[in-house]
Amino acid sequence: MNKQDTTYLDQLEAEAIFILREVAGQFEKPALLFSGGKDSITLVRLAEKAFRPGKFPFPLVHIDTGHNFPETISFRDDMIARIGEKLIIGHVQDSIDQGKVIEQTGKNASRNALQTVTLLDTIAEGKFDACIGGARRDEEKARAKERIFSVRDEFGQWDPKRQRPELWNIYNGKIHKGENVRVFPISNWTELDVWNYIRRENIELPSIYFAHERDVITRNGQLMAAADCLNMDSDDQIERRNVRFRTVGDMTCTAAVESDADQIDDIIEEIKMSKISERGARMDDKVSEAAMEDRKKGGYF
Amino acid sequence: MIKYLRLQWKTAKKGGIFNMDLLKFFTAGSVDDGKSTLIGRLLYDSESILADQLEALQQSNRKNDDGTIDLAILTDGLKAEREQGITIDVAYKYFQTDKRKFIIADTPGHIQYTRNMVTGASNSDLAIILVDARNGVVEQTVRHSFIVSLLELKHVVVCINKMDMVDFSEDAFNKIHKSYSEIALKLKLKEVTYIPVSALKGDNIVNRSQNMSWYAGKSLLDHLETTEVNEDVKSVQARMPVQWVIRPQTDELHDYRGYAGRVLSGSFRVNDKITVLPSGIRSEISKIETNMQEQDEVHSGTSVTLHLKDNIDIGRGDILVNSTHEPIVSQSIEADLCWMDTKPLDTSIMYLLQHNSKVTKCKIRDILHKVNINTLEKIETDTFQLNDIGRIVIRTAEPLAFDLYQVNKLNGGAILIDPRTNLTVGALMFRASAE
Repeated sequence: MNKQDTTYLDQLEAEAIFILREVAGQFEKPALLFSGGKDSITLVRLAEKAFRPGKFPFPLVHIDTGHNFPETISFRDDMIARIGEKLIIGHVQDSIDQGKVIEQTGKNASRNALQTVTLLDTIAEGKFDACIGGARRDEEKARAKERIFSVRDEFGQWDPKRQRPELWNIYNGKIHKGENVRVFPISNWTELDVWNYIRRENIELPSIYFAHERDVITRNGQLMAAADCLNMDSDDQIERRNVRFRTVGDMTCTAAVESDADQIDDIIEEIKMSKISERGARMDDKVSEAAMEDRKKGGYF
Repeated sequence: MIKYLRLQWKTAKKGGIFNMDLLKFFTAGSVDDGKSTLIGRLLYDSESILADQLEALQQSNRKNDDGTIDLAILTDGLKAEREQGITIDVAYKYFQTDKRKFIIADTPGHIQYTRNMVTGASNSDLAIILVDARNGVVEQTVRHSFIVSLLELKHVVVCINKMDMVDFSEDAFNKIHKSYSEIALKLKLKEVTYIPVSALKGDNIVNRSQNMSWYAGKSLLDHLETTEVNEDVKSVQARMPVQWVIRPQTDELHDYRGYAGRVLSGSFRVNDKITVLPSGIRSEISKIETNMQEQDEVHSGTSVTLHLKDNIDIGRGDILVNSTHEPIVSQSIEADLCWMDTKPLDTSIMYLLQHNSKVTKCKIRDILHKVNINTLEKIETDTFQLNDIGRIVIRTAEPLAFDLYQVNKLNGGAILIDPRTNLTVGALMFRASAE
């Protein structure tokens, strides 16, 4: 293979593997934040390419809101059994039981915002100095300015004005005690790149990414999976529709789109023609235009 | 436009995109030059804006004088910036056409953010320098061009923007072309392309302009899609810094010892004679793996795992190179420095120097000069303030195995870290051994 023949997917892959190995080399106790979504599943594949036949030099960490899609949880457990790596689960329910967060009430109640507290506690407990995440710069405007190595203070906060310049392929992972670094190996990938890579590598995904029949209700103009955690009442009309999910998050804030795309080629076609960017399907970003910037400052992924 | 997009979708279908490569470029220019509008126009006209982003755009109060959407909004992200109406950091943007995938490092042009421009330039293959057709070559044009030459970007596109404001005049274009040529000559910029554009109106951005029939060249996007940007580092200069050693230590793989890293430059083949630096120990490559598959050879840019015939003590910070073309090994280096911290350079303290996977202590032994980046004059100085650029001599605690930046960027660049704050405070471009 000549350099000229190298495609952009090869280049993105090589860069992501490079970044994962920098994490292994530079940090004492890294962790990979695993959400069960396609981006973190892609990270797992990249980690296999970076470290096999050795073990991953980090555990996987999943923050479980307790309102995950059951399909995601069973996918996660099957995957962990297959790759033979360590999984640490932080439960939002524990944070609620300990009184550290208060569960929201009402129809639009969601545990999505609560998981920041659970995440920070899990990081502190595991003494993790680097957390690898699957965020991409194309997701949202605030993320376009995110570094590959993004330093957070001891409160998990991100300060856009104190981000370190990143020159060439040199990543400065030096931190003070209590600080940690969020690392984003697929920063330079777009949603379409991830899907093309999943197709090329035959990566298995949770079934909810593919079109299926499901009971849904309409909330704030968006289709939501009918589930107890949505605090449904008699106003909510349950309908049976053919849908799929473009992201895999908490059931209370992840909207479905109507779709017949049950094969990866169809999904890629659908995305190309699509007029809704990925985060548009997450209700919490609708709250304000600056929502992501505020959450990043507060320690969200 | 619609026709163009259909073509894009058609050719992008089912695997066609796998043949595409990647172009990273950065844009230099001030807010007033219409830089954000230019990027907004590229994204907008190549249909890289999605519906909800477009909706947010349309709901925004910012409109151009003629009532059209202000495309600059697409690139300035943070709340703080929106309030101040300026871009304060490097923002990365992505788009693709049927020919290429593009990564744009959008860097601000204000003088206080020289460091961000250096950062953006270090991660780019090509630079777009914007010149306002009404004002021509100004002080900041020189500044931006100096940074482009300092970072050794081989491909420069001078976009002479706001041509609509000068009646699409060929004379105005020629005058700026001529005065920029003098700068290019002075800074030894090799490949410079001049394109007259109107980012606001879309002339010569995606499509050839109807208003400038005198211009025979390509549109900006056409140029970006077709220009060749392969690094011309000699393929014999094989370099691979070791990031990590893979040692499963299982019964089955008891003797497995793989050196994991990314090939910086050149190619490695099985049986190649290699040298481990800085120790100087020699060996031969016994096996090459990528993605757990054996390969006969690997080329620059690839993340690989190399195996050697001899059992040598090698770890992170070492670099494997081909023995026929070894790099310089030295502890005293003359380098260009761009200072990136608000706290000035302190020649009395030790800094950390990070060069690929190697981190070593270092001291600034001598400051040779700094450069007035507006006039290119060399000035005597005893310190560097934020955004200062100049030449220094550095002494490292451990020997470094490096190439000169002008020959091999990735093995010739390094960063300085302040051990008190852990911040990245300087960018170094190695120019000569000072031993």
